[in-house]
Amino acid sequence: MSTTTTSTAAPRFRESITLVAGREVMQKLRSKAFVISTIILMLVVLASIVIGGLVSRNQGDTPVAAVGVVAEQLEGLPGIEVTEVPTRAEAEDLVREGEVDGAAVPLENPADGGPAMEVIGLEEAPGILIQALSIAPEVTLLDEPSVDGFLAYFVALGFGIVFFISAVTFGGTIAQSVVEEKQTRVVEILLSSISSRALLAGKVVGNSILAFGQIIAIAVLAGIGLMVIGQDILISDLGPSVVWFLGFFAIGFVLLAAMYAASASLVSRMEDVGAVLTPVTYLVMIPYFLVIFFNNNELVLGITSYVPFSAPVGMPMRIFLETAQWWEPLVSLAILVVTTVVVVALGARIYQNSLLRTGSRVKLGEALRG
Amino acid sequence: MLQIENVTKRFGDRVALDDVSFRVGAGRLTGFVGGNGAGKTTAMRIILGVLASDSGRVTLHGEPLTTDDRRRFGYMPEERGLYPKMRVHEQLVYLARLRGVRARDAAVRADELIDRLELTERRDEPIEKLSLGNQQRAQIAAALVHDPDVLVLDEPFSGLDPMAVETVLGVLGEFAARGAPVLFSSHQLDLVERLCDDLVIIAGGGIRAAGSREELRAANTGSQWELLSGEDAGWVRDMPDVAVLEFDGGYVLFEADADAAQVVLQRAAALGAVHSFTPRRPTLTEIFREVVK
Repeated sequence: MSTTTTSTAAPRFRESITLVAGREVMQKLRSKAFVISTIILMLVVLASIVIGGLVSRNQGDTPVAAVGVVAEQLEGLPGIEVTEVPTRAEAEDLVREGEVDGAAVPLENPADGGPAMEVIGLEEAPGILIQALSIAPEVTLLDEPSVDGFLAYFVALGFGIVFFISAVTFGGTIAQSVVEEKQTRVVEILLSSISSRALLAGKVVGNSILAFGQIIAIAVLAGIGLMVIGQDILISDLGPSVVWFLGFFAIGFVLLAAMYAASASLVSRMEDVGAVLTPVTYLVMIPYFLVIFFNNNELVLGITSYVPFSAPVGMPMRIFLETAQWWEPLVSLAILVVTTVVVVALGARIYQNSLLRTGSRVKLGEALRG
Repeated sequence: MLQIENVTKRFGDRVALDDVSFRVGAGRLTGFVGGNGAGKTTAMRIILGVLASDSGRVTLHGEPLTTDDRRRFGYMPEERGLYPKMRVHEQLVYLARLRGVRARDAAVRADELIDRLELTERRDEPIEKLSLGNQQRAQIAAALVHDPDVLVLDEPFSGLDPMAVETVLGVLGEFAARGAPVLFSSHQLDLVERLCDDLVIIAGGGIRAAGSREELRAANTGSQWELLSGEDAGWVRDMPDVAVLEFDGGYVLFEADADAAQVVLQRAAALGAVHSFTPRRPTLTEIFREVVK
């Protein structure tokens, strides 16, 4: 009789979850497709910020040629970089060559009280130069400036795309992982070792860590990119809404993950996953489009910021637009947490009742009843 | 000792197991035999706690099974499968750790089994790259990697080449010799007959026969007798209350009650030398056919 050298402290619930989650993470990190697509996503984020920054930097000082006394007058005007040239002909040459955007020369015979200089352009009047030379009337704003609509659209798009891509990518990963275990029948060995709850929780935790890690990486990368191109101001504007987004996402993803896992457990073959996931995919997509298209409609945005599926995008958006009261994100977060708890409980039930039923698709009602 | 007590399981209207009771003795290799759909897999799933029974219970050493007990079970499900993309060693370690084995012990144990089951060269290949026979070996390793206290194996020999069957038989024998209850199902009745200490025969969701192999054979020994004598045994056909089933020179197989058989024996001894006279023990296949009728 050989002695048992193998130690067996029975793993408790949490240790089982850790093991399952660890496997999910390792398998995903080992997948070349995942690593490459993540790198591409990161590069796209970085590139769009850097290119955006370069484009806006080009709108810096406008090079202008000037002759004689005019050069002295132009010196010190905002947004203008003066190149002094001796003659009008040389100034025109620089304009033609594209070295400067425009030129200013003294009028040979200025009319009394009229302008004393002439502006030369190539195909159109150099707007910035003319603006700099004009006298602007005094302006008084009665209200604080609101966020520019274009920027709001891009921020909505940013939150929306990040949420959508992560939800679909990692929700899909969970779904595949569930069906893989059913299809290969390894699930029966797993269920003889650990409970279906531990298995489900491990999957959700593992993929949430991956999704959250990816989102934080994107946020950090975007932050670094913005700092490098000198857009620190945007960071302080976006900061609070990004922090709320991360908080909402962390819980919102658990909600979606439970739905993906429960839906996938109804089928036994990879081919059937697509059909069974369609309702969940719509749930992810609809709020995302609502937020993007109605980011300037306060009513729609107000509603989406409370509906659990769209709150992770809608509420940070309202925080960015400064239309949310301080307590609103807390209430919305509470609604999200309660919904998540209920959905996870239902999802675990469906999952448990469907795991060993192979063959044709399990009906939702049967899965809930058990 | 693993004991199944009055277990009933219904799927909708269909009764898969009807008041099923049997036991798997410590250190006994117990064969679980039955036709397709007889309830073997359902019973095994209930023992493992993968399925819940409607009524009845499963006990180990007299105590109802707990989750911790079941972690110490080795299980090979009927429908085979491991993670296709995980490597053999890595997968065995993972499954062992799910059952509570420490990482370092799991790694050592997995390597031992890989060598034992002749998978050494496939150690770090993903399961999907292995031949079917080797996948089957990996599956057996998965059932044994946590050094279980009880083994429940559904058709462990199907899909194995004869060499692998011998290897697995050796491993199962070792477990039984250590005092572990071992329950396995098989369609290969000759294998079961050769290997098993005990037998459980199930049909239509009910246990038809259970006990040690010899008890079962004795219990099913009917009124058939074999006689091998030095003389031609043709005269047996003319004896009263005797029906000859087979006859070949000095050999005769006949059916009779015990008294009539004794009369035949005395007559044979009077006529010449009697080489053997025995009640005929049925083979497992015959018993099986008889009890599931």
